[in-house]
Amino acid sequence: MTTTELIVTATAKKRRVGVRRAGRRTAPALYLFPVPALIIYVAFFIIPTLQTFQYSITNWDGYSAAFDYVGLKNFGRALTGDTLFTNALTNNMKFMGVVVVGQTAVALTMAVLLMKNTKTNVFLRALYFFPTILSSVSVGFIWKFVYDPNYGVINSILGSVGVQGPGFLGDATTAIYWLAVTQIWFHAGMMIVIFVAGLQAIPAELYEAAEVDGAGPWKRFTSITWPLIAPAMSIVVAYTTIQSFKAFDVVLSISGNPPSRALDILSTRIYSTFANSQFGYAAAESVLFIIFILVAVFVLRRFLRLIQRGES
Amino acid sequence: MIGKLSRGVVLTIYALLIAIPLIVVFSGSFKTTSELFANSFGFPPKPSLDNYHEVLTGGNLATAFANSAVITVCSVVLTLFLASLAAYGISRIPGWKGVVLLGVFVVGMSVPTQANMIPQYVQFGQLGLLDSQFGLILINIVMTLPVAVFILGGFMKTLPTGLYEAAEIDGSGAWRTYVSIAMPLSAPSLAATATFLFVMHWNELLYPLMFISSDSKVTLPLALLRFQGEYLTNYPVLFAGVVLASVPIVIAYVFLQRYFVAGMTSGAVKG
Repeated sequence: MTTTELIVTATAKKRRVGVRRAGRRTAPALYLFPVPALIIYVAFFIIPTLQTFQYSITNWDGYSAAFDYVGLKNFGRALTGDTLFTNALTNNMKFMGVVVVGQTAVALTMAVLLMKNTKTNVFLRALYFFPTILSSVSVGFIWKFVYDPNYGVINSILGSVGVQGPGFLGDATTAIYWLAVTQIWFHAGMMIVIFVAGLQAIPAELYEAAEVDGAGPWKRFTSITWPLIAPAMSIVVAYTTIQSFKAFDVVLSISGNPPSRALDILSTRIYSTFANSQFGYAAAESVLFIIFILVAVFVLRRFLRLIQRGES
Repeated sequence: MIGKLSRGVVLTIYALLIAIPLIVVFSGSFKTTSELFANSFGFPPKPSLDNYHEVLTGGNLATAFANSAVITVCSVVLTLFLASLAAYGISRIPGWKGVVLLGVFVVGMSVPTQANMIPQYVQFGQLGLLDSQFGLILINIVMTLPVAVFILGGFMKTLPTGLYEAAEIDGSGAWRTYVSIAMPLSAPSLAATATFLFVMHWNELLYPLMFISSDSKVTLPLALLRFQGEYLTNYPVLFAGVVLASVPIVIAYVFLQRYFVAGMTSGAVKG
């Protein structure tokens, strides 16, 4: 029994005694503690969230006193008539696809290699985690230079060996994928930490037994690690999906405000609509945005469960 | 043997991928543009602080730094205070009521910022809180309360209730128990949450971008973003800005790394 367990059982006993002795109920004062936070949260978070749905069926411009309810017209316009929105949606899907697959693969690989708590591994995890603490604006600037077609970090290396490097962010067809690489550089470190925690929760005996049975590293990975990493995988995939929809600062800093069409994703699109004083329409875009996130997380989790079951 | 070797190669390559851009930016902030373009990797041939001088005087960065410091400190302290009060109450309210209260806050973690920013902008406008530091502090608190209550509530739930009851039998009220028992025992969780909030608030861009219009009230990320227009391709000046904006967080990371990793991963769902 660990110390905490001892404390817990000891206090549990004490608690029962206490209950009997005083016939205790919850002190009414305890209900006051959440009140300040609750007031602020309901007033400035919950109510505005509900108002977004209300705004989304209006044509309000943000400053006029009068506006009309227009039903679902805003939604129809976003999904069928507005190429800016559909462009942002397409970009966002490509971005999400690359980030979810790429980041999860990179993070899981690194986590497997860094699973043991040796000094080097702890140092490397800290190094890999480092970009996460930087501001997105800083990360955007750093990568703007990395990708600079003429003088940037990558193309100056390629140039020195006589290779003509790609246009990166200037190339409209591939720009969004380069942005995805930046996003992975930025956030993979955190996913590594989550995976390491997941891997360390897998009982070491399983690996020992498999080794005794003559299973090689790949066999051990597919038959032990892969099925048992499912809970961590599910967190990572959900988080990465949400994160890839929420990327905003990094887009503005790498591409400017408003961003180029090739790098415009849903969050920046909504901001631009808002900045153009189309509050009602921007709110409708926000509602669609929420729906897309929910659908994406749901679908990816389903898919994940499917492939994990298939292989185990 | 081959496995070990390839492991080392993979880890080294990834370490370089992380480190090289950072080194280029740091060393670049001491170079001139032509020095940077001639050799982005090397040590600055004639290290100079000109770029730092430029951002601090021309770029309004000193003001932005001070604004960010005030806003971040106030936001972190107040969020921690309100969230720890709520978490304490919730963790001690038994049965479904406590669960529901926690649920109300936790639901907020899955709401993306875009889902409420427009009505918030209108609301803060009506209250006269746009273009104000207080407004930014308030919105920071509002937006991070859910995740802070979630982390702290989860932790306080694990504290043995017997300790509270023993204290209360000795005559201390709920407030005294909060101050003298719940807070000290939650220190590790408070520290992790504080570092997480520090990163979130220090780096916040969206709300300053929406709310702030005067030059005297910009925060660091906003000032940096505005630079981009002014110093379009003057990378060394941008880099100096990046370094200055990152210094406080990097220093904190070096010393409090454990709490960063704990806080940021437990807040990962929010991000």
